[in-house]
Amino acid sequence: MKKLSEENITVKKRSKGERIFSYFNTVFLACVTLVFLLPIWHVFCASASDPAKLIQARGLLLKPAGSITLTGYRLALKNGTIIRGYLNTIFYTTAATLIGMFGSAAAAYALSRPNLMWKKPIAFILSFTMLFNGGIIPTYLLVRNLHMLNSIWAVILPGCLSVYNILVMRTSFQALPEGLIEAARIDGAGHMRILFQIVMPCSKAIIAVITLFYVVTHWNSWFHASLYVDGQHRELYPLQLLLREIVIMNSQSALELAGENGALNLGKELTKYAVIVVSMLPMMVVYPFIQKYFVSGVMIGSIKE
Amino acid sequence: MKKEIKKYQKPFKERVVRDFKMNKAVYFMLLPVIVYFVVYHYVPMAGLIAAFQDYKIKLGYFHSHFVGLKHFKRFFESIYAWRLIKNTFLISIKDIVWSYPLTIGFALLLNEVRNKGYKKFVQTVSYLPHFISMVVVCGLVMDFCKKGGILSIIVSFFTGTESSLLSEAANFQGIFVGTGIWQGIGYGTIVYLSAISGISPELYEAAKVDGAGRLKQTWHITLPGILPTVVIMLILRVGSIMSVSYQKIILLYSPAVYETADVISSYVYRVGIAEGAEYGFSSAVGLFQSVVNLALIIIANKISAKITETSLW
Repeated sequence: MKKLSEENITVKKRSKGERIFSYFNTVFLACVTLVFLLPIWHVFCASASDPAKLIQARGLLLKPAGSITLTGYRLALKNGTIIRGYLNTIFYTTAATLIGMFGSAAAAYALSRPNLMWKKPIAFILSFTMLFNGGIIPTYLLVRNLHMLNSIWAVILPGCLSVYNILVMRTSFQALPEGLIEAARIDGAGHMRILFQIVMPCSKAIIAVITLFYVVTHWNSWFHASLYVDGQHRELYPLQLLLREIVIMNSQSALELAGENGALNLGKELTKYAVIVVSMLPMMVVYPFIQKYFVSGVMIGSIKE
Repeated sequence: MKKEIKKYQKPFKERVVRDFKMNKAVYFMLLPVIVYFVVYHYVPMAGLIAAFQDYKIKLGYFHSHFVGLKHFKRFFESIYAWRLIKNTFLISIKDIVWSYPLTIGFALLLNEVRNKGYKKFVQTVSYLPHFISMVVVCGLVMDFCKKGGILSIIVSFFTGTESSLLSEAANFQGIFVGTGIWQGIGYGTIVYLSAISGISPELYEAAKVDGAGRLKQTWHITLPGILPTVVIMLILRVGSIMSVSYQKIILLYSPAVYETADVISSYVYRVGIAEGAEYGFSSAVGLFQSVVNLALIIIANKISAKITETSLW
């Protein structure tokens, strides 16, 4: 109650200039919101447009061109290559995120233990990779020399552990009361058990954020796959790599592989937008739920020891 | 306390053994991660030896001929070196100059919103582009920049002629930086908003008592309050000046705009993987980039530690 009345007073105290500013600020931010939303809205509209009208359309679509059709989605769902790519993406994302989360949680927990003699050197070994790296070519040669080209491991393993995520998690684990862990130790619990039954359940926010970070990275990634998987192994392509062919290189081969004939030429543009929508929908739906935890995932203090 | 001192007086070897006995399980948890980083990060670092070799796949690192600094000489004597360095720095500097003030400004404006629901709505929407893949964003950029696309139409209001924006070298950097801001600004505010929320409310109360309005409070309390964060973010950014998002460059550029669009990393990718297989040469160019990056972040950190007492390590 007290807080409420205080707020009332400050509202009353606001000067005329401040009220005008507040008004303009609200309007301005509404415009900014539109700038973020409209391009995405355009894609949604395009994906549900009439194919013939869509090709003639200019500028930004505020509503589907012509009558609403779901042809694009139907074509996309009938397309074996795209379905395969989608399933691949789901598989890669799940596998890489699981590996990443297990590795990161274990490393973060270990580095958060206070009495570890080699803690600092190990943290340095990990952090240094953020400052200096071998670059694209030596990494490519490594994957090649490991005979992993054109395998699922070439897509999953490189980049499945992020130092940044480990350090952010460590900071979060360090904030837990040490007594909690010591008590469990005295009761005879092993470190693994402490990690999974005490530390992780107590750090739901950070687990959620880091999981989201990994999921988004892998879901949207295309570059590793483009480096390590060649055109003869298209059955390994993640969706984003197919999207690059369709959207960027404007090659319709991915769409043509469906075995559809030339009469569907018009539908290709439509299918393109439908695939884009289907590809970005899962991330768009998920992130707002975890949004309130984002702050804990960007704590920059984590980088500093 | 006494025990603590005694422990540290023990010889090194004994301490190592003791530490290992005590923390064996913890080290085993770390082992897979360390192995991963050694394999995927340190082995490629060692692989940079290829930069000094006439690297051949068949011969490998151990049997390829050493050529000394030949690749570096070739790079710096080529017509590309200057263009690539210039483009890399220009794009990064343009990005810093525009995106920093805009992100901080956006965070400050968000901070002024009193209606919590509205604030959250604007934030949620502003994060959206961050979660869209680079491929899709670049696809949209291409869509909007072609003739009849929205950006192209808007530009034609000023120039009078509608053209395909991405095929003109003069436009590339602007489009690159602008769309980067679109994608990153909302997400970028998180750091600053969290820094703002860490400022003690007492400071604002005191300022109010002294008669400071919102503007003065922002200038004298909020901005100094987030300065350490701003500095840290800048150090990090400066440390990656040389690594412009090559994924985006590769997706967006075309030979017609190489003149302004080609950066060091996209060149490395092209020469090493996409068009040629000149592993030695491209490793050398990549090494040059990594070394400059490392030097820049160390220098930025030193300067910052001296001037603002904020540093990464």
